[in-house]
Amino acid sequence: MSEPVYVTGIGVVAPNGLGVKEFWSGTLEGRSGIAPLTRFDSTGYPARLAGQILDFDAAEHLPNRLLPQTDVSTRLALAAADWALRDAAVDQAAMTDYDMGVITSNASGGFQFTHGEFRKLWSQGPQFVSVYESFAWFYAVNTGQISIRHGMRGPGAVLVAEQAGGLDALGHARRTARRGTGLVVTGGVDSSFDPWGWLSHLSSGRVSGAVDPDRAYLPFDTAASGYLPGEGGAILVVERADAVARRRAPQVYGEIAGYAATFDPPEGSDRPPGLRRAVELALDDAGLRPGDVDVVFADAAGLPELDRAEAEAIREVFGPGRVPVTAPKTLTGRLYSGGGPLDVVAALLSIRDGVVPPTWHTTDVPADHGIDLVLGAPRNRPVSVALVLARGRWGFNAAMVLRAVAGDAESVRV
Amino acid sequence: MSVMTLDDLRRILVECAGEDDSTAVAGDIADVPFEDLGYDSLALMETAARIEQRFGVRLPDDEVLELSTPNAVLDAVNKAAAGV
Repeated sequence: MSEPVYVTGIGVVAPNGLGVKEFWSGTLEGRSGIAPLTRFDSTGYPARLAGQILDFDAAEHLPNRLLPQTDVSTRLALAAADWALRDAAVDQAAMTDYDMGVITSNASGGFQFTHGEFRKLWSQGPQFVSVYESFAWFYAVNTGQISIRHGMRGPGAVLVAEQAGGLDALGHARRTARRGTGLVVTGGVDSSFDPWGWLSHLSSGRVSGAVDPDRAYLPFDTAASGYLPGEGGAILVVERADAVARRRAPQVYGEIAGYAATFDPPEGSDRPPGLRRAVELALDDAGLRPGDVDVVFADAAGLPELDRAEAEAIREVFGPGRVPVTAPKTLTGRLYSGGGPLDVVAALLSIRDGVVPPTWHTTDVPADHGIDLVLGAPRNRPVSVALVLARGRWGFNAAMVLRAVAGDAESVRV
Repeated sequence: MSVMTLDDLRRILVECAGEDDSTAVAGDIADVPFEDLGYDSLALMETAARIEQRFGVRLPDDEVLELSTPNAVLDAVNKAAAGV
C-alpha cells in the first residue's frame, strides 16, 4: 500500500545555474542570480530586482518546431524534463506509454507569450492572434507538452497553489506512482517577466523595492523588506521502488517519505496558520519524529510577519534552535511553482553530499525567532532526513519529507 | 494567374510552426501530405490566418482541415483569389 517512491532523475533551470551541477555549485558558493530586470525596460518601476535566467538559449535545447508554440516558462520546463529523464537514464521507447505520467505545477501560465498575443489583438485585430495562444497561456501546458514530447500517456495533472503548488505536484506524483503508474515526471517551472507579469508580481505588495541585489531579499533578518520574484524551477523523475529495481535506474537521490498540505483559516480567524499542522502531518506520514529531521528548508517569505509565523511553527515543532534551518532561495528569488521542487533538489543534494547550503545574504537574525538559521557558509553535517516547506499566497501550506535511501541505489533493487 | 507560390507557402509554414531538422521542407513537398511533414491541424489553422493576412484570401477553418497537401492549399488559395 505505501510502496516507497524515489527520486531518480533531476533537471534544474535556476537563475543561479542551468543544470544540477551548476545550480548546486552556485548554491554552495553563493553565486547569485539576482540582478536588475533586463527582459524589458524596467526603468521607472518601483521594484526592479529579480532572479532571471540569462544563459538559456531555447533554440539550443529544443526542436525548432516547439518554439512558435511555447512561452519561455514552457521552454524551460521542457528542457528541465529532458535533463531529468536523461539523468535517470529513462528509455521512453522501451517503456509502456501508459505507465509514465506527468504531474506539474504552475502558478502564472504563459504570461509573456500571452502578452505578445494581446498586443496583436488590440493593435492589429483578432485574426492576428496565434492559434497557439489557445494552450500556450494555460497552467496545464507544461504537463501537456512534456507528455506529448516523451509519449507519456499515463495520468496527467497540474496543480496550482502559488508557491506551495510545486510540493503539491510532487506529493500527487507520489500518490500516482503508488496507485500504479511506475514512473512520473513531476515538478514545477514558472516565468512571468514581461511588463504585465512583472506588474502582477508587484501588485502583491510583497516584493522588495531595495536596490542592492545582496540586501533586497533577506528572510528572517531584522532588515527583511519583502521577497524577490525569480523564474525557473526543477523537474524530477519519481518512480515506485519496484519500477526502479526493474529497470535498474542508475541512481536514487532519496525517498519522498512524507507529504502534507493544509490551508490557513480565513483572515480574522483566531485559529493559527496551517503551516505547523502541515509539518506535523508530513512527519506522521513519513513515520518520523521531529528529532529525526536533520535540516529544514524554509519557505522564507522575507516579510517580518510571515517570517515570524514560520519561525514560530518550526520552533514549536522542533524546539528552539534544535534543527538547522536554511533558505538558499535568497540566490534565486521565489520561483512560485518552481520554488518547492528546487528546494527539494537542494535537500536531496544535501543528503547526497552531507552539506547544508546557507541562507546567503541574511546576516542578522533576531534571537526571538528561536531558529538555528545556517548563515554565511555551507555547514558540513550528515543529512538523512530533510524537511521542505512552502507557503503559497492566499493560504496554501505544503510540507515534504525527503529521506536518504539506506545504503546505495543497489539496495533498492532487491 | 497565381497569387501564391509553393515558396510562399513554405515560408509561412516554417514561420507558423517551425521545421524539423529531419524533414526537408525545402524539398519537393507539393504533394506530400501535411501529416507526413509533421504539420498538424493547429499548424494549418495558423497558416490559414497568415495566408489571409498576406494574400487577402480567407479559407474557413473547416475547409482548411480538408486540405491535405501543399498543392491543395495553393489550389484553394489561387482559385479563391481568381474568383473561381
